[in-house]
Amino acid sequence: MSSVAQKKGFGATLWDWLTTVDHKKIGILYFLGGGFFFVLGGIEALLIRWQLYKPNNDLVSAGLYNDLITMHGTTMIFLAAMPILFGFMNAIVPLQIGARDVAFPFINSLGFWMFFFGGLFLNISWIYGEVPDAGWTSYASLSLASPGHGIDFYAIGLQIAGGGTLMAGINFLVTIINMRAPGMTYMRMPLFTWTTFVASAMILFAFPPLTVGLFFLTFDRMFGGNFFHHAMGGNTIIWEHIFWIFGHPEVYILILPAFGIFSEIFSTFSRKRLFGYPSMVFATVLIGFLGFMVWAHHMFTVGLGPTANAIFAVATMAIAVPTGVKIFNWLLTMWGGSIKVTTPMLYALGFIPSFVMGGVTGVMQGAAPLDYQLHDSYFIVAHFHYVIVGGVVLAILAATHYWWPKMFGTMLHEGLGKVTFVFFFIGFHMTFLIQHWLGFWGMPRRVWTYMNDQGWDMANLISTIGALLMAVGVIVLVINVIITSVKNVKVSNDPWGDGRTLEWAIESPPVFYNFPTTPLVRGLDTVWIEKMEGNEAGYTAAEPVKDIHMPNGSIIPLLMSFGLFIAGFGAMFRTETSWGLPVLIIGLAWTFVCMAARSLQDDTGYYIKKEELLRDMKRKGGQA
Amino acid sequence: MDLNKKFTPETWPDHPEKATLEAKNKFVGFWLFLGGETILFATLFATYIALKNSGPSGFGYSTKELYELPLVFVMTMLLLTSSLTSVYAMYHLRNYNFKKMQLWLAITALLGLGFLMLEVYEFTHYVKDGFTYSNSAFSSSFYTLVGTHGFHVAIGLVWITLLIFRNAKRGLNLYNATKYYTFSLYWHFIDVVWVFIFTVVYLMGVIG
Repeated sequence: MSSVAQKKGFGATLWDWLTTVDHKKIGILYFLGGGFFFVLGGIEALLIRWQLYKPNNDLVSAGLYNDLITMHGTTMIFLAAMPILFGFMNAIVPLQIGARDVAFPFINSLGFWMFFFGGLFLNISWIYGEVPDAGWTSYASLSLASPGHGIDFYAIGLQIAGGGTLMAGINFLVTIINMRAPGMTYMRMPLFTWTTFVASAMILFAFPPLTVGLFFLTFDRMFGGNFFHHAMGGNTIIWEHIFWIFGHPEVYILILPAFGIFSEIFSTFSRKRLFGYPSMVFATVLIGFLGFMVWAHHMFTVGLGPTANAIFAVATMAIAVPTGVKIFNWLLTMWGGSIKVTTPMLYALGFIPSFVMGGVTGVMQGAAPLDYQLHDSYFIVAHFHYVIVGGVVLAILAATHYWWPKMFGTMLHEGLGKVTFVFFFIGFHMTFLIQHWLGFWGMPRRVWTYMNDQGWDMANLISTIGALLMAVGVIVLVINVIITSVKNVKVSNDPWGDGRTLEWAIESPPVFYNFPTTPLVRGLDTVWIEKMEGNEAGYTAAEPVKDIHMPNGSIIPLLMSFGLFIAGFGAMFRTETSWGLPVLIIGLAWTFVCMAARSLQDDTGYYIKKEELLRDMKRKGGQA
Repeated sequence: MDLNKKFTPETWPDHPEKATLEAKNKFVGFWLFLGGETILFATLFATYIALKNSGPSGFGYSTKELYELPLVFVMTMLLLTSSLTSVYAMYHLRNYNFKKMQLWLAITALLGLGFLMLEVYEFTHYVKDGFTYSNSAFSSSFYTLVGTHGFHVAIGLVWITLLIFRNAKRGLNLYNATKYYTFSLYWHFIDVVWVFIFTVVYLMGVIG
């Protein structure tokens, strides 16, 4: 294999993408896959808002409305937000720590394909015509009573995708523990790497309960289990506990990388070192820890008793402290900085007030007595959209503009980027701010329509118009992507001109081995230090040029995930068809054969020779 | 990595399981994986404790009448011994004594197989008594907890059998040393989980 770029046919290119173990390509695959599901979930959201824009609307039936809210929530959390964040983690974290790849390139690829086939499995429910309809939380008494195969698609699809997520989490943990460049101590890691690290640790401990919970649901619905069947001695509250022991850490798994993204952006475009870096790191770890201590605040009205409610209320409010530390650190990073309001910075500026509002309503709900009033009302819907859209989605859009040149080698148009922001930001507040009042005025969540003249008509109309504005913003972004991809104007290593971390020291997009020589990290924001000292190359080499070890591509991850996908259908149709059981067995056996094949072959990778690297470097003008 | 590099007991590194970067990655990654597995089993234990002895009205099964400690005691001894024999195997791995390592691993696998056969016997015995998977919440949680452990034992047996035969002709190198070592970590983990099952499910079920 040569590092010199060669023109390849369509088939060869496709094969290359299907078998790739390169973290940058897998990052792009995650980004595209997540982007596709983001659009799908967005269309579901628009249908929900279209149904609610006037009283007694009959655009969709009550049953279809349940399908839409369930799939909107599930898709956005599991198939859009997380994979897109994984895309950025894959594309950027190895570069930020000066590594040539992740610790387990093969498992990285497997994680992506499991997410992909899991998401596909879940969404085939639309084509099959029986769609999950018990909400994204799928509370057991409701989900066991749901007829048809809808909930089966949910249980098995999320099981497959969740397995992929767990692998990705372990992979990032080991990558960050073992593969940091010389000098990259823990307290010199960029904040995005730190938040990835903590979020990955949370994945490691939060996803196994989801795995177990989904197995229980699968067994109860498809294999005669009785975990949640009250008449058989089961207990439906067990599902709620297991789901939220996973579910609450999950929202921090989403928001921590978002915090990391904004930390990078604030520091870059204020052209200042991040204020209070050690306290930022400490706050991240503390949020990660406390995130596991608060799950029962989703269950205040279940009747766990005043003692339990009090403990979880106090723990919930405690999380506001490290989060507040972060907010003040971002503000103080800008204080006295030389601020450039680029598109990513615009998102960061919009993020602070939006997220603070979501945080404050969160503390309100943390007060258990007040939560009895707010529970299951539109106030809750408003709150979690303020933290997820106002936090995570704004971060994703910011990172899309910020790292686009590093991932694709060309800049998104700044003007169009700002137009996207204006539409999205105004649309977002218009949609969800009014929903706080809808909650106060008594509108319950998850209802498919409402009677007129209850004081909700105008508020719902405003909310729907806001949703349309958000859609316009996303369409402008898509146009921006198409225009810049067609123009494809190549950019330099550091197109923003203010890059501080290692990803800006190498070309955009980087060569497949990232760094010709392992970089030496001399401090926090090492590239900034080098630039201030006049080193145009951006980094100092830690060692002379020598052979680089690289992993081989493999098709096995795709085949292995496909086996699970097939087995899922077998499990679902086991009782009602004769082919169900054989298909279940064949699918699982296929996956095990793939695992054995992987284990028995000796795949130790290959080396890029020193001469080849020197030739590459010479061609690019002798940098490094 | 050169698979054909030959070692002697003198040139063999002290910690062959983490002598290269790839090996270190696998070593750390496997420990983290076992951390996740711990949470998985913790969830299963919590569910079992919440649901034990509970079934439909007029339910006739209880932990006290169902479990037979002598059989479970034999199973426990088999699995604990197999953990010890895997330690012997790792001792020989460190000393670059391939033949003895393979022998002790084979003994480990046989003890594990014995455990698994007794577990299958135990389960069929209960099912014959009418204590089927669908019988009650108690039975579902029991079979899922203990069965998940048994499934882990079965996976471990397939894993070590493949390793023993795959490497039989070529001996130890720095590539497969990590594979052997992570297997032994896995085996100890399974053993620890069983100690908890023996205590929480069986001892506390019959005596507590």
